[in-house]
Formats: sequence, C-alpha cells, structure tokens
Amino acid sequence: MTYLPSADHDDLRSVVRELAEERIVPRAAEIDQRAEFPWDLKELLAGQDLLGTCFEERHGGTALDGVAQCIVVEEIARADATTSLIPIVQKLGSLPILLAGNDEQKDRYFPRLASGEWLIAFGLTEAAAGSDVSANRMRAKRDGDSYLLRGSKRFITHGSVANVLTVFALTDPDAGGRKGMSAFIVETDTPGFSSPRLEHKMGIRGSPTAELNFDDVRVPAANRLGDEGDGFKIAMATLDRSRLGIAAQAVGIAQGALDAAVAYAAERAQFGQRVVDFQGIQFMLADMASGTEAARQLTYAAAARVDANATDLPYWTSSAKLVAGDTAMRVTTDAVQVLGGYGYINEYPVERMMRDAKITQLYEGTQQIQRLVIARQVLQRAGVAKRASS
Amino acid sequence: MKIVVCIKQVPATGADKRYTDDLRLDRASAEAIINPLDEYAIEQALRLADDGVADVITYLTMGPESASEALRRALAMGGDDAVLVSDPGLAGSDEWVTARVLAAALDRLAPDVALMGMASDDARGSLVPGAVAAMRDVPLLSYGAELRVAGNEARVRRLSSDGFDWIAAPLPVVASLTDQVGEPRYASLKGIMAAKRKPLETWTLADLGLSAAELHGGALTRVTGARPPEAKPPAERVENVTPTEAAARIADWMAARKLI
Repeated sequence: MTYLPSADHDDLRSVVRELAEERIVPRAAEIDQRAEFPWDLKELLAGQDLLGTCFEERHGGTALDGVAQCIVVEEIARADATTSLIPIVQKLGSLPILLAGNDEQKDRYFPRLASGEWLIAFGLTEAAAGSDVSANRMRAKRDGDSYLLRGSKRFITHGSVANVLTVFALTDPDAGGRKGMSAFIVETDTPGFSSPRLEHKMGIRGSPTAELNFDDVRVPAANRLGDEGDGFKIAMATLDRSRLGIAAQAVGIAQGALDAAVAYAAERAQFGQRVVDFQGIQFMLADMASGTEAARQLTYAAAARVDANATDLPYWTSSAKLVAGDTAMRVTTDAVQVLGGYGYINEYPVERMMRDAKITQLYEGTQQIQRLVIARQVLQRAGVAKRASS
Repeated sequence: MKIVVCIKQVPATGADKRYTDDLRLDRASAEAIINPLDEYAIEQALRLADDGVADVITYLTMGPESASEALRRALAMGGDDAVLVSDPGLAGSDEWVTARVLAAALDRLAPDVALMGMASDDARGSLVPGAVAAMRDVPLLSYGAELRVAGNEARVRRLSSDGFDWIAAPLPVVASLTDQVGEPRYASLKGIMAAKRKPLETWTLADLGLSAAELHGGALTRVTGARPPEAKPPAERVENVTPTEAAARIADWMAARKLI
C-alpha cells in the first residue's frame, strides 16, 4: 500500500492541467456569462479520450483507476466547474448501466459514450422527489415488448443535450418508490420525449439543468436495467459511487480558487508591500491549502474503496463529498476575501468559483443527506443501528 | 516513406536556469520540456502520417537518460518508435558535435526525411539542421512553414518578404521547420497509454562507431561564461496628459528613433 501518487498519476495531472490552462481557462468566464453549454470543450475532451475514463478498453474507454478519474475531473474543475460536469455526468449517467446493465446493453451504448460521440444524463430527481427518492411518481407501464413512460423529471443535468438517459420510473406504483421502481435506458429522439425548460442557476451556468417530459415514451423491454423493482437499489448504488466525482469537482474548484488567490496576493501591493507578505493573508492561504489537501486525500481514499468495491464505500464517498463540498465553499469564500473588492467583480474568476462551489453542497445528495449516510454507517459499526422498518 | 524527427529536451521556456561550475546547464534546476519549435516538426510529421504520406515516424534525440521523457511525450502525440543517443562522453557537446552524432544516427536510421525545429529554445544556435545536412551530403530545406512529400521529392513552403517560395529537393532531405506549421496537437489519453508500449532504444557512441575523444577534439566552440541578460531599463511612461498630448509625445519618441 502506498499513499504516494504514482508517476502515471502525476503525468496525467500535468497533461490535463496543461490542456485545461490553455483551452478551458480562457473560455470559463464566457461560458458562465452566456450560460451556454460548451460544445467546443465537449469535443476537445472527447478528442483527448477524457470522456471515456470509466469504460473498459473493449468499449473504447481507457479504464482508469478511481484516483486517476478524480484527477481528470479535479484538473478540469480547477479551470471551470461547468466543463468538469461533462466527464462527471458521462459517468453518472452510465453508472446504472455499468452496475446493472447486461453485456448487450453495454455493447450497444458504451462505445458511443466512451468516444464522447454521445452524451448521457441521469434522470432520477422529480419536482416533489429530491432527497426523498422513494417519493418518485413517474410511471412505466408494461405494454407488450415495451414500456410506456409517462411523467416528468426536474433538475436533470445535461438532460437537454444528452442523446440517451438512464431514467427511473414506477413499474409497480402500489409497491412505492423503494420496491416498485425500475431503471430504463431511453434514447432522447424517442417520440413523446421533450425537454421544455431549463433552470436559471446561480452557478455552473453553462451546464444545462433541464426539465424532462415523458408523454407515453415507448421504451423496449430490452432497455430495462436489471429486473422490475430494482430501480431504487440501482439508483442508490449509483449515487454511492457518483458522488466521488462531485468530491473531485469540489477539490478542483477549491484548488482553482486558492491558486487565483495566491497569484493575486503576490501581484497586489497595499501599505507599501505585497498583500501576500501580510501574515494575516498567509494564514488564510495556509488554511485554504491544508483544507483543500485534506479534502483531496479523503477523496482519493474513497476512490480506492470504490475500486475495491468495499462494503463500507458509502461511508467513504459521503465523507469525501461532505468534506470536499464544504471545503470548496469555504476556500472560494476566502479567495473572494483575499481579493477584496476585486474578488466580488467578474473581472476575476473567484466570484464565479464561489457561485459554482455552492452546488457541490447540494447535488447528488445534500450535505445533510451525506451526514445521514455517514451516521447510518457509524451506528452500524457500533452495533446500535435501529432495526430496519419495512 | 520514413521520417525521423530530431527533437531536443530543453528547460521550460522562462524557467530560471542555473549553471554548474563548469558552465553546463544544471538540468535538475528547471522543468524539462520538448523544445517548442521541435513540436511543430512533430506535428508536421504526424500530419503527413494522418494523410497516409508517411509510413513510419521515428523520434531521435541526444541527451542524458532523462531525455527519454521527451521521447515518450513525443510518442504520446503519435509516431512509432524512438532512439535516444546517450553516452557519458557526450556531456557538454556543442552544435558541431551534436550534428556529427545526429548525422551518424541518421545514417543508421536511413530516413527519407529528417525533420527538425528551426532552432532550439535554449541555445538558439540554429546550426544543427544545416550541419547535419552537410555531413550527410543531402539537401537542406530550411525554415519551412509546411512540408510536402510526393513521389521522390520533398518541398517546403518558406515565407519570403513578398509572399512565399516553394523550395524542392529529391529525397532524402533534411528539413527545418518554423512555428507556421500550425498548432501541435495535445497527446490524448490513449496516446499516452500507447506510448508506454512503443519501442525506445538507447544507443551509445560505440554503437555509432564514434569515440568521445575524437568528437570533442572536433568541438568548434567553448563556453567561457554564462550570465542572465541585463534587466531592461524601465519603460518611459506618458501619464497625466490629455490623449492628444500623449499621442504627440509617443509619436515624437518613435520618430526620434526612426521607428516611424
């Protein structure tokens, strides 16, 4: 066992950092201001094989280990949080297929997803079912060799730009969300599917957050993932792993803000000396750096547990996401403070980073949901967990 | 059609360079990169491979063992294999010695085209391409903004004061290229992974039938000193005047120096 990154990890970081600094940093402010999905950067990342890191080589992927996948997301997020969602959501949407799909389904969809030709999104959340996934109401009614999907989804990242979705709907409404939900692969050019509206957001503004409507969308039974009723289990197993990507994104945002704060403080002079030479500023930078590093190391430790499919991986990924999300919020807020008035205007990137950071405390489980997951594991380990009620 | 791209590992542009007591570059003092001008030569070679014109691309460098990192980086961009000429007897080589070693290695590799950047970012001598061509007795197509190969002929497009010229020569040739070639590609993730499995050989001076004593006896330059460039005098600023007055003063300043 080693706690040091490998030479391959270091090489990967330097390659992605160079790409991000040269091609993504110059686009970040514009993407934020125009709230436009960066199709050019999607093509760039696809061309560099950075959208296929979670897929096997036989499907055209690069099958990177978990830490390496985190490094890719981190370095892109250091430049622009919106753009980092492209690889993050490519994995999030694919995880239900990775975890519960059969070989035919993987062979059918993974090559186009690994190459980046197609984008995928994860359709779970509904207007009245956010943290409470079991409250989902969308229906999937069996009709011969297919299902008819009816209902709507909300807050679906990339829902309007994806070619295919993994969608969760009730096949047995009487059994409720926990037992009666199933997962499906839905191609977005299927009649009856529409994306009528996008949200106007505080941060990650270039990443479209869509409302999705399903008006009797016919999905072949061959596109059901696992058995009927497996949906809740598949959704939870997906989120247990995907929130690692959000932790890596949060670490990247924090690092970007720290680096911007250091660069600014080294240039700016007040009271006859560089701002960076004031001990008060140095203490802030030290807290920002050590906090970011702690979040990064916890994220990598969680990534190793996901690779090993450890039984307590939810404890690790929730801890990483909780710590990294809160760190990103604190570090970006402090970065704005270091820049003073200049931090509050959009001439500098830190106000954008602060707005972007907030989402990492909210999506793929709020920080409060992460605490519930962590506490459940703590109680189980201590043998004091409440008996599961039916 | 076989291309050998000669590349050099140099300290990162803008890095603080330090020298050892015997006035050699302290290679540990700065991050090492592929000479940026050589990246254009790599890009040109890869474009010829993309177009089906080049069949084999080999990278060649001379340097310490750590220069193999530059070769792996090049292989990650594309190409087939690489050769590192490394020998303790080569430390402190000047352009002439470098050219002799590269020429000997190229004799062995026998490419149709040997490609180089027009200069290296560290010493900027620009002598090696011409010297290698002369030593191998093959034509030199220098300062090309683009290289094309058709049949038994290579030609480069070279910018001139009133447009550009096409300069042609029969194969084999040595060609040096400028930054007008077009942006070098980024190494893709699959390229980086594939590069680890591509053949990389190390040759010594003995492998090339050369000896250090003979080579350095032939050195034509000697380093007698190294110091950072003198700081530029501070810029003259035109401040606290009306725009019209500022424009007039700047114009006078330029006219006095015959710049306008």
